[in-house]
Amino acid sequence: MLHIVNKSPLERNSLAACLRIAGSGTILLIEDAVYGAIRGTTVEAAVKEALVRFRIVALQPDLDARAVADRVIEGVGTVDYAGFVDLVAEHRNCQSWL
Amino acid sequence: MPAIEVNGKSYETDEEGYLVNLAEWNEDVANSSPRWRTWRCRATTGEVVNFLRKYYDEYQIAPAVRVLTKAIGKTLGPEKGSSQYLYELFPYGPAKQACKIAGLPKPTGCV
Amino acid sequence: MTEGTAKKFMFVNRTAPYGTAYALESLEVVLISAAFDQDVSLVFIDDGVFQLKKGQQTKGIETKNFSPTYRALEGYDVEKLYVDQESLVARGLTEADLIVDVTVLPSRELGALMDEQDVVLSF
Repeated sequence: MLHIVNKSPLERNSLAACLRIAGSGTILLIEDAVYGAIRGTTVEAAVKEALVRFRIVALQPDLDARAVADRVIEGVGTVDYAGFVDLVAEHRNCQSWL
Repeated sequence: MPAIEVNGKSYETDEEGYLVNLAEWNEDVANSSPRWRTWRCRATTGEVVNFLRKYYDEYQIAPAVRVLTKAIGKTLGPEKGSSQYLYELFPYGPAKQACKIAGLPKPTGCV
Repeated sequence: MTEGTAKKFMFVNRTAPYGTAYALESLEVVLISAAFDQDVSLVFIDDGVFQLKKGQQTKGIETKNFSPTYRALEGYDVEKLYVDQESLVARGLTEADLIVDVTVLPSRELGALMDEQDVVLSF
């Protein structure tokens, strides 16, 4: 299953809820959720730990817009808009953690 | 005195066709003429409208036709719990028309 | 629609009832989708569990109290209501505080149910 998160994990619990409920699958971080993909935050440890269970990717244009593309956590991938579409297509279902 | 004949039995009525002796009323009489059927429909219309008001009071929504049909069947008897019967009572649609009469808002999902 | 073509629809509710329109909108979509004879389930996670809190009185905020409508879902053959145990506990609630009968599940079991769905709609 593809899990899409679009809220900053520093402000909202969307990513935390996703990590608590979901057991496995792919997590795509978009919009403000890309702050969860970077080093040095209070959620970095939780995201690193989650890499054991999940494939985690962040949307490149959102990283670029926020000037944080140079500090993505090792193991977290990036995709462009076409990659976003591919992810949706290759998963059977998807849940948006608003 | 005028009378009506139903299944070989005679029932006394007044000039307008109303039964004189209420105790003689039965299903056969009720179904014997279009006029009787209309009266019976009116009574049931009242039952359905009352039912809708109670339903709304309890759940804060007007029920979908499928739900109304099922619930009417349960509370007013299975012969009344068919969409065909409800459409006879409310030719413009049980949900829209009956809800309007009952003073309820348009049912959710009703376009 | 025949049994074989029914899809599994899950409605994920994660917001409290009156601060935003999500809860009411979710409920309306659930009622509409019930007309299509699909396999519908509802889950309540995080503040979404507050939607089911008994005793809501909305006169003072001049808003419609739609919490009684959750009790109508059974009549719509929507009988799969799941609540995240951790969310319930985190808000000082128990099953007895809820307006309808629900199945309380640990987080990961909810996640497994979510995986099985054909369509997941989030509110």
